Amino acid sequence: MKWESLSQFLAMGGYGFYVWGSYAVTAACLVLELFALRARRRRAMQSVALPEGD
Amino acid sequence: MNWFHYAAPNTFYPLAGKMIPWFYALAAVLGAIGLYLGFFVAPTDATQGEAYRVIFIHVAAAWMSMFLYVVMAFWAAIGFAFNTRLSSMMAQAIAPTGAIMTFIALWTGALWGRPTWGAYWVWDARLTSELILLFLYIGFMALQAAIDDPRRADRAGAVLAIVGVINVPIIYFSVKWWNTLHQGASVRPGGSSMATTMLWGMLVMALAFWMYSIAAVLSRLRAIILERERRTDWVRDLKRTAIAGAAE
Repeated sequence: MKWESLSQFLAMGGYGFYVWGSYAVTAACLVLELFALRARRRRAMQSVALPEGD
Repeated sequence: MNWFHYAAPNTFYPLAGKMIPWFYALAAVLGAIGLYLGFFVAPTDATQGEAYRVIFIHVAAAWMSMFLYVVMAFWAAIGFAFNTRLSSMMAQAIAPTGAIMTFIALWTGALWGRPTWGAYWVWDARLTSELILLFLYIGFMALQAAIDDPRRADRAGAVLAIVGVINVPIIYFSVKWWNTLHQGASVRPGGSSMATTMLWGMLVMALAFWMYSIAAVLSRLRAIILERERRTDWVRDLKRTAIAGAAE
């Protein structure tokens, strides 16, 4: 194992802000996209109107 | 297997639904392996220290941002030339994921540039052309959203997408053609300037982003199919099945 402790891992040799700032925003983007996709699919299904008397 | 069979929205819709979970699963597995390689196997960089570990998402997102644009323009062009509905829907489905990949490439690039170059942003050729790529994606989406008639929106979007393709080789070769602050390509035909484990981490992460993008694009394509075909019998049948399933 190249990291001796969790705090050393989180510090990223002093570059923690840049490294974790990159990974956190990337993860947030992907999670937001997944939520948006689910919402869009549901809205699309709701917008399907069945004819009268169906 | 008759591939044209799947070119119709009503046959592609269930096929895509079956494929999506597999692509998400592959993305998750490859992402886990890539992160493990990137954080626990790849060594510290001799000149950049740990800051270089941004590379594992930066390069993956930057590659996808360019690749998705070319694929988007390809399907937009097919839709424009042959009036095939699904092709244009595919182009429309790719744009938001492409824009997100471009944003990630720019964001992670800024956070990598600050410790290595001393600046979050510089107006050099590579960064500026990548920013233009983001504007092209946003322009494509805005243009399509602004035109009510879907067929006309597709045609207008296709023209913009096709003209914008010229930007992709400019991004790719910018580090060669101009004297930029951005480093040259680390991966070239015939060799790489990186440690093997670094390279593997990067390639596996790129594959993970690829699988994720396919899954996200197919998911969005399914929603777009529903939106555009909502007055057709087969979509109404889908809704009836969904209602019946919920009532049970």
